Amino acid sequence: MKKDKTHKLKLGYKGDVKEVEITLPDDEPRPFDMTSKLDIMGKRHQKVDAVMKVTGRAKYTHDMKPAGMLFGGFVRCPHAKANLQSIDMDKLAKSPGVKAVVDAETLRMPTTIRYAGQPVAALAAESRQALEEAIRNADVSYEVLPHAARVDQATAADAPQVHGNRGNVRAGRDPRQLAEVNAALNSGKLKVAEVVARTQVQTHSCLETHGTAAQWNGEHLTIWTSTQATFGVRGQLARGLGVSESNITVIGEFMGGGFGSKFGAGYWSLAAARLAKKAGAPVKIMLDRREDQTDTGNRPDSIQDMKMGVDGDGKIAAYSVSNTGTPGIGRGASVTNPMIYDIPRDMTASRRGEVATNAGGAQAFRAPGHPQGSFGLETVMDLAAEKAGIDPVEFRLRNDSNFVRQQQYKEGAKKIGWADRKKNGAATGRFRTGYGVAAAKWGGTGGPRAEVLCRITNDGSIEVRNGAQDLGVGTRTLLAVVAGEELGIDPSQIKTAIGNTNDPIGPGSGGSRTAASIAPAARQAAFLVGRELKALVAQHLNCEADDLVTKGGKVSSLTDGKKSMSFKDACRLIRQGDISAVGKRVRNWRDATYMNGVAGAQFAKVTVDCDFGIVKVDKLVALQDCGLVINRLTAEGQVFGGMIQGLSYALFEERHMDRHLGHMINSDLEMYKIAGPADMPEMEVVLYDVANGANNCSVAGIGEPTMIPTAAAIAGAVHNATGVRVTSIPMTPDKVLMALEEGGK
Amino acid sequence: MSEHVTATYRVNSEGRTIAHPAHHTLLEVLREACGLTGTKHGCELGECGTCTVLIDGEPQLSCLVLAREVEGAAIDTVEGLEGRDLHPLQKTFADLGAAQCGYCTPGILMAAKALIERKPTPTRADVCEALSGNLCRCTGYIKIIEAVEWAAALCRGESGARPADASLYGVCKEKPHG
Repeated sequence: MKKDKTHKLKLGYKGDVKEVEITLPDDEPRPFDMTSKLDIMGKRHQKVDAVMKVTGRAKYTHDMKPAGMLFGGFVRCPHAKANLQSIDMDKLAKSPGVKAVVDAETLRMPTTIRYAGQPVAALAAESRQALEEAIRNADVSYEVLPHAARVDQATAADAPQVHGNRGNVRAGRDPRQLAEVNAALNSGKLKVAEVVARTQVQTHSCLETHGTAAQWNGEHLTIWTSTQATFGVRGQLARGLGVSESNITVIGEFMGGGFGSKFGAGYWSLAAARLAKKAGAPVKIMLDRREDQTDTGNRPDSIQDMKMGVDGDGKIAAYSVSNTGTPGIGRGASVTNPMIYDIPRDMTASRRGEVATNAGGAQAFRAPGHPQGSFGLETVMDLAAEKAGIDPVEFRLRNDSNFVRQQQYKEGAKKIGWADRKKNGAATGRFRTGYGVAAAKWGGTGGPRAEVLCRITNDGSIEVRNGAQDLGVGTRTLLAVVAGEELGIDPSQIKTAIGNTNDPIGPGSGGSRTAASIAPAARQAAFLVGRELKALVAQHLNCEADDLVTKGGKVSSLTDGKKSMSFKDACRLIRQGDISAVGKRVRNWRDATYMNGVAGAQFAKVTVDCDFGIVKVDKLVALQDCGLVINRLTAEGQVFGGMIQGLSYALFEERHMDRHLGHMINSDLEMYKIAGPADMPEMEVVLYDVANGANNCSVAGIGEPTMIPTAAAIAGAVHNATGVRVTSIPMTPDKVLMALEEGGK
Repeated sequence: MSEHVTATYRVNSEGRTIAHPAHHTLLEVLREACGLTGTKHGCELGECGTCTVLIDGEPQLSCLVLAREVEGAAIDTVEGLEGRDLHPLQKTFADLGAAQCGYCTPGILMAAKALIERKPTPTRADVCEALSGNLCRCTGYIKIIEAVEWAAALCRGESGARPADASLYGVCKEKPHG
């Protein structure tokens, strides 16, 4: 019988403590809060799979080679808009070395071509050379049509239509408060800043390209895939192939980067499975670099037209924003703007539109909609602060009531050296230094479904298993740390398994949900196993099970120091085999929590070379709410990684589409520039351990919020250094020089 | 059918005689014929650095090297880095969390090994330059650079402070709650 138990918890962050009472079933451990004395969680732990990675023993999808494997690939259309008229599938099938072919219809791919590089047939061959020759010699004819690969082409009068005759522009609807907001902005009573900010298309550029190996064993399909969602892929393949989920195993033990682009099974997985069935042999399809850059998703670009009005107290009183984003042939280019700040809702008028283009479709990308929204919003914030004559940090303090971020603004300003900041444009000479700030907010407290299996064996070994994947941020290690904390065992002594759908279900890694979904289930599983073990020990030591704790490799009595035995000896009391339990992730507790989004702020210090327009970031400081930290080493790693991707987005990355051919011109990693080692600034990470009480570990995900404010903070610093605002990213030298010229600096 | 050749390669000090299509790159021979998949396939365009190996001690992009051209040369891959114990670079990368997804790691380890053998006391600029051909998309270089510097100190026989505790560069301060 489950009994309920009431716990008194202290939640929050120092200076803002909330005492709550929560009643939970007795199979839930007492949630970690500010009073919890944690021995293992929150410390630095080397990743349990680190040695696999540094020795080359970690096997990624690209490394898989089941016996008799064929190489799969695609015939692709070189035109940005066309109708497929014919394709000689017989000839393709008879090409030397080709073992199986599948046409577009079987793959459920449209024969109307809407972007350059769209696949029209799939094939598998015994070698890569045979595959490439067959693709080169394929007989395909197209009716080539005029295209609109770029936004300017798509929005021109009589532009070619991207999707049938639906129209390329989907305009946002005017909100009902628009007239009122405009009246306030035009009243002359507010200081008003007005700006149009633009952001670029960013590609995920994962170092391991997208790909899948498929092998049939009778009716059972085994899939190795570079994925962010093992269970999601299984479901999509089941639907796409008409096979039951119980007949599919998806394996993704290691993967080389995803950032949002590896959620779906992808047409390549469906093609690999169909080709493998047809050929009677395993098939691996790994997209090549060009395919990966053009046809696996991207972060949509944006144009954000904003007006912000500030009252005499330095408070934002009215805000109007009109956003458009370009998802290519995809959907979902919406920009998250406004966000974070206390802008009165009835005095905010926001419109969101989209422009379709003949280009590869958008996909989720680390905090979808947010980094672009942050760049826009923080741009108008800085300009509004300047108009009102208020320091940018002070302006944020006045317009952001979040307690944690208030602390972060103050601490970050000290760490970056904000006191040395001169007025905008006060610096002179060739090299000018400036400081900027921006904020972030995210959800990321996870939820169902996630189940974790924990098992202890009578030889003292502990195993923790979950079927979800690890994007490299340390999911395996997390299982060991959380179970280790609960059972009092060092994480390095715990066996873990992830990335296989034969194990208990886990979430797709998106929305910064993985850690926050899995950790509470892992803790519950370890708690349940530990409880059974304690019952055995209680009998053996002749004490009460409630009086026992598992700590420091021992099971000991809290009241009688003599009653204690090692964890290993305790396990010997398990008569037969092992004790196992499955922990299930329950919904976050909503009432008794300390949550108002996961808070973050970042500061940047830059030096601008005003002769050449080159921006060099000198220092970045990130202050990030992480809930309670599970592993400080990997949490810091996430923040560093997010900032670097944000820096790269701010200064370098941009997809370029050719106006005439409609191709992505820089579909590689040389002309599509991402930040390298020499671009690294000094970086400082301050983790805010906020006991949020949302779940039994008080954990929050931080993969996404850490990338949101970086570009905006850097842009603010460039503004401060030069006195002019660069309103478009990436802030390449041409744009910086143009802004200096126009601003007369 | 493409022409096959039989060649003997010295991979991690071990002779391997392999028959393979004449046009295969060193990357293909290592990964497919030798089964040494530690060397990664990232772009096959010589842009990302994940396939970096050492040829006679020099870092080279194995995707741009025709295998036949390096017959007889000393080829070192990540699989040969570990002796009786992990190489100092492997230890420091693991300890500092310098491998997030880990896909760029083998190439970076090999480029770094060449650097610290050539220049036992590299400056930060030396490290950045030596790794400038290696892209990393998730870890973010900071810990990578620190791991190389720390490993160089260990190779010099210095105990060397663990950078995260006394970092010049990526300072991380513990901030306990409550």
